[in-house]
Amino acid sequence: MLRGLDLEIGEGTTAILGPSGCGKSTLLRLLNRLADPDEGVVRLRGTDVRELDPLALRRRVGLVPQLPAPVPGTVADNVRYGPGLVGLEVDPLPALALAGLDGSFLDRDASRLSVGEQQRLMLARALGLDPEVLLLDEPTAALDERAKEGVEETLAGLAGISVVLVTHERAQAERLAQRIVELDEGRLAG
Amino acid sequence: MSSLSVSTGEVAASLVLVALAIAVSLWRRAELEQDLGLAVLRSFLQLTAIGYVIQAIFDSDSLWLVAGLLAVMVGVGTFTAGRRARAVPGAPGPILLALSLAAAVTLGLVIALGVFEPEPRYLVPVGGMVIGNAMTASAVALNRLADEVHGSIRQIEAMLALGASARQAARGLVTRSLRSGMIPLIDQTKTTGLVTFPGTMVGMLVAGAEPTDAVRLQLILLWVLLGAVALAALVAVSLGYRGFFTPAHQLRERLYSGPE
Repeated sequence: MLRGLDLEIGEGTTAILGPSGCGKSTLLRLLNRLADPDEGVVRLRGTDVRELDPLALRRRVGLVPQLPAPVPGTVADNVRYGPGLVGLEVDPLPALALAGLDGSFLDRDASRLSVGEQQRLMLARALGLDPEVLLLDEPTAALDERAKEGVEETLAGLAGISVVLVTHERAQAERLAQRIVELDEGRLAG
Repeated sequence: MSSLSVSTGEVAASLVLVALAIAVSLWRRAELEQDLGLAVLRSFLQLTAIGYVIQAIFDSDSLWLVAGLLAVMVGVGTFTAGRRARAVPGAPGPILLALSLAAAVTLGLVIALGVFEPEPRYLVPVGGMVIGNAMTASAVALNRLADEVHGSIRQIEAMLALGASARQAARGLVTRSLRSGMIPLIDQTKTTGLVTFPGTMVGMLVAGAEPTDAVRLQLILLWVLLGAVALAALVAVSLGYRGFFTPAHQLRERLYSGPE
């Protein structure tokens, strides 16, 4: 699906822009090793990701999925889930605040939030891992205009973290990213 | 224990009831005549063959032959359950272990507890029941596991993306699959005697045993099977889920059918 791709992603926000079906989501899945390429290498700070513990890698490279997939439980349970897997206890409030959710959400059932709120929760959950890199797979595709503006505002405010944003929307890429990479049919366009 | 002798003529007479079934099929054009014929033929051949095998084993009184027969049953059971659980990659391995463990542990325990003597006449029929029920439970549990995985791919990947191991991401599904493997026998045990008479009890009553004896033996078998089925379903799903994942805690690629 992806061919002849040679790409270096630096600090700040990089947008991967392209039509649907061009391999954007696949590319993201390679970066946190939810999948492996048939050929070629993905490196994180110079190290082949296949040499890293995949679970530790995924905590360093957080992913916000295209559609929300909360774990059963409350909003707080969801933010605590990732760190809890390695025995860490985190205060969910700072991550929720970064994602634009306040303390009143803590004890709410995650599955009963609106899609927009759930998507913010996905962002908070990824941020709760304190990742070095944040992968965003069409983070606003499931949202209405107002929810989308809110999430974009949140994303624009993230500091000190490398972000890879996959989007089909050029305007969004231009609003949020310092660098835009265009993909077409699995190759770099242009 | 009393014994009952059944003549070939009596068996042949019961074919009248098969003729009734074929008549129903012909009359209502259910097109089951061929299946009925095949079923009668197969039951005759298979049971006659196993009858001679069991007779030979009883005559030899060899526990090695018992073990050999049970091993064959485990093999056939693994093949059958494996075909039914085809949606689970690499299912035969876990099923083989599930059936072997269920048979070995249950028979070992009933002997150690003094419930049955270690003799072919107990080990063969009880072993056969244990393996048969373990086979069904494993197949049901693994099928459910496949459904659960296919229905929760996004959720599983989301958990993996948060640093969950394959085991952690599959935990909920594995538990639900275990439940579905165990529930049919539990329900059957709850309603036993109310809706149906279990086969062992029917056989003993027909053979002239005291009803209280028939009931006691039936209770032993039902309760033994509960343990056997729980163990088989547990082993099958606890190992079976791994077939859906790579060693790097990824869902196997052909499962992924998300966007792009």
